[in-house]
Amino acid sequence: MAEATAAGRVARTRRHRRRHRDRAGYLFILPWVLGFLIFTAGPMIASLVLSFTDYSMIRPPTGVGTANYRELLSDPRVMKSLSNTFVYAAMFVPLGTVVALALALLLHRVGRAAGFFRTAFYLPVMTPAVAAGAMFLLLLNGQQGLVNKVLSFVGIAGPNWTTDPNWLKPSLAIVSLWSLGGAVVIYLAALQGVPRQLHEAAQLDGAGPIRRFFVITLPMISGAVFFTVITHTIAAMQMFDQAYTMFYGPQQKANASDESLVYMVYLFQNAFQYFHMGFASAMAWLLFVIIVVITVVQVKVGNHFVYYEGGEPK
Amino acid sequence: MRHARSLPLATLVGLTLTSSLMLSACAGVGGGSDQEPTTNGGGSGGSGGASTPSGALKIMGFSGGDEVASSRMNAFKAAYPDVDVTANKGDFDAQQFLTAVSSGNAPDVVYMDRKLIGTYAAQGAIEPMDTCVKNQHIDTSQYREAAMQQVTINGKVYGIPEFYTVSVNLINEKALRAAGLTDADVQTKDWDALKATTKRLFESDGSKLQRIGYDTHIPDAFPLWARANGVEIINKDGSPNLNDPKAVEALQFNMDMVRMQGGWSDYKAFRDSFDLFGEKNQFTKDQLVAFPIENWYVNVLLSSRKNGLQLGSTMFTDKKGQPISILGGNAWAIPKGAKNVAAACAFAKTMTDKQTWMKAAAARIATVKKDKSFFTGLFTANKPADEAIKAKYLKPTGDKGFDTAIENYYKTLDVAKPLPSSPVGSQIDNAWAAAVERALSGKMSAKDALDRAQQEAQGAFDKAPQNG
Repeated sequence: MAEATAAGRVARTRRHRRRHRDRAGYLFILPWVLGFLIFTAGPMIASLVLSFTDYSMIRPPTGVGTANYRELLSDPRVMKSLSNTFVYAAMFVPLGTVVALALALLLHRVGRAAGFFRTAFYLPVMTPAVAAGAMFLLLLNGQQGLVNKVLSFVGIAGPNWTTDPNWLKPSLAIVSLWSLGGAVVIYLAALQGVPRQLHEAAQLDGAGPIRRFFVITLPMISGAVFFTVITHTIAAMQMFDQAYTMFYGPQQKANASDESLVYMVYLFQNAFQYFHMGFASAMAWLLFVIIVVITVVQVKVGNHFVYYEGGEPK
Repeated sequence: MRHARSLPLATLVGLTLTSSLMLSACAGVGGGSDQEPTTNGGGSGGSGGASTPSGALKIMGFSGGDEVASSRMNAFKAAYPDVDVTANKGDFDAQQFLTAVSSGNAPDVVYMDRKLIGTYAAQGAIEPMDTCVKNQHIDTSQYREAAMQQVTINGKVYGIPEFYTVSVNLINEKALRAAGLTDADVQTKDWDALKATTKRLFESDGSKLQRIGYDTHIPDAFPLWARANGVEIINKDGSPNLNDPKAVEALQFNMDMVRMQGGWSDYKAFRDSFDLFGEKNQFTKDQLVAFPIENWYVNVLLSSRKNGLQLGSTMFTDKKGQPISILGGNAWAIPKGAKNVAAACAFAKTMTDKQTWMKAAAARIATVKKDKSFFTGLFTANKPADEAIKAKYLKPTGDKGFDTAIENYYKTLDVAKPLPSSPVGSQIDNAWAAAVERALSGKMSAKDALDRAQQEAQGAFDKAPQNG
């Protein structure tokens, strides 16, 4: 009897301690949860509601059912901007991944002044994207720009990057490379985590640098590559500021080509120039769904190629 | 990792939530679009700007930092010491303005392009100012009629007009004479003759453009070329008229002009490389011979005289030889939800009245004396002010080219007309800009491009809320 009472007391004490611990945990995450509810979940729900309304931001919203979603399907500029965005993403994501990885590999080998080079490569991330967009308009000018002048030294006649409709999306992808510093830092950290003994063992077996890169380095950093591919894809689908600065800003009427109309620019136009916030909300939800689908596919496919030290993800 | 900033769901939905939450708060301030805003702050104690202004005055969209802007701002502060003026930096930004209004944090007065007034009035984003005009005894007859047309929608005044921009042809005289031509050859009455002139002035080394002969300023100047051909691209009721055969013909002419000067891609890239505001600009570097440009630009060109600029000028005319111009300029408007309407009205009045403009002109004169330069005129929507400034301050400069250009701008003031306002002005603008680009880049014929633009713009117009 006494033993049972003592056991009950111990259990109660443990439960009390667990509750106390749980409460502390909840208190610690409370700011984040509140922030999520107020600044993310709440607005998302509001946006979902508004996507079923006609809302100008000035007058109260009025319900229109699924009209905005039906209009998404019938508006040719929605489809055009979406296809432009897909093409841009298809250019930027592989290019960005390869360039960031190449820069990280170079930085990984730098001995002296490594800190300087890491800072130098990260610095563009701190530059406002609008300033970068304006700068690249000058650099990529087809007639007088520095890029084409350099290309001409090696006998290449550069294209009109910013005025030829066929080169607008490639030039956007190139401009986006400017802010790859974050991905470079991630790859660099991943490269530094690759065990040196694996390379030594492979070297002893006669593997050259290229073979070692593909059979050791790449698999070992595949988690980081996977992560950046997903985040680059999401960022590419949401590309706005550089496209807007280069082609759709107040002084850029002459640049308003169909080929440079990315999805978020058209969404912005609907929300803030055409007073169609309800339609813009529907556009935002369509993009959200598309991004979710792409991400799920990437995760499913990516899991077959990514090396997880703790075993396969469930 | 930092990616290019985007407008993701979080931003958009955050905005929409905030604005929807604030809707009920806004609903009682200013009332509907056909009501005058009430003054419920700033200690003004009245409505429609009736009482002596005091308290805080928030201004949006006015970034002017030159002596013409600051002298007028100082004039207001001196006249109304009890008003505490705060102005956000930067030009008018639709996103900033709409979110401010919809979240109940509207500025008291906003400075915006007059061509936007019709759209914002139709949406109820700005309020009628008739009571303000009445209570502040603003004499609207002092403003040029064309400017008042731009801010008067369905018989109600929605803005107080400020500057007045018109276009004439400016010419790189040195290049023109070197080609054996005279100012008379830079004319827009005979389009075939203009093509011939342009052909003589255009230069290319085969792979790169060296000089544009006559830049039609397309696409921005498309409405001007349509007018020159006898048609307005917006009807009086605000509906689009983009595919009128005369508009198509005007676009076709522009396509020909661009094609004979390297084609759109090269032409545009070359034009983008101009240092329009630099001392070594497209004229002094002999990259351009002539183009139609607005009156503010003549003041910019002063700095390039030391680099050998010889300026010439001709009027921009229609095909009958009559001078024409699309009228531009800004206006002061009172947003829905403005809290200190009394101060806003007094501010709009003070910034645009004759005495204040005279102070601004005096400040400009002081600057040009300091810079050892000369006065190129001040072009306002206030006609008596313009005339007084011209009479008092505008003297022969000693540079005949500048004198002619300035005189041409003054002559154009009375013939300039605005494009009719439209509740879907932005959609119409974007539709024709895209059409012009499609045509210039060779993706569509002028007619097909404008037919499509008309369809898009008409669709938007049909769905637009009609103001009043």
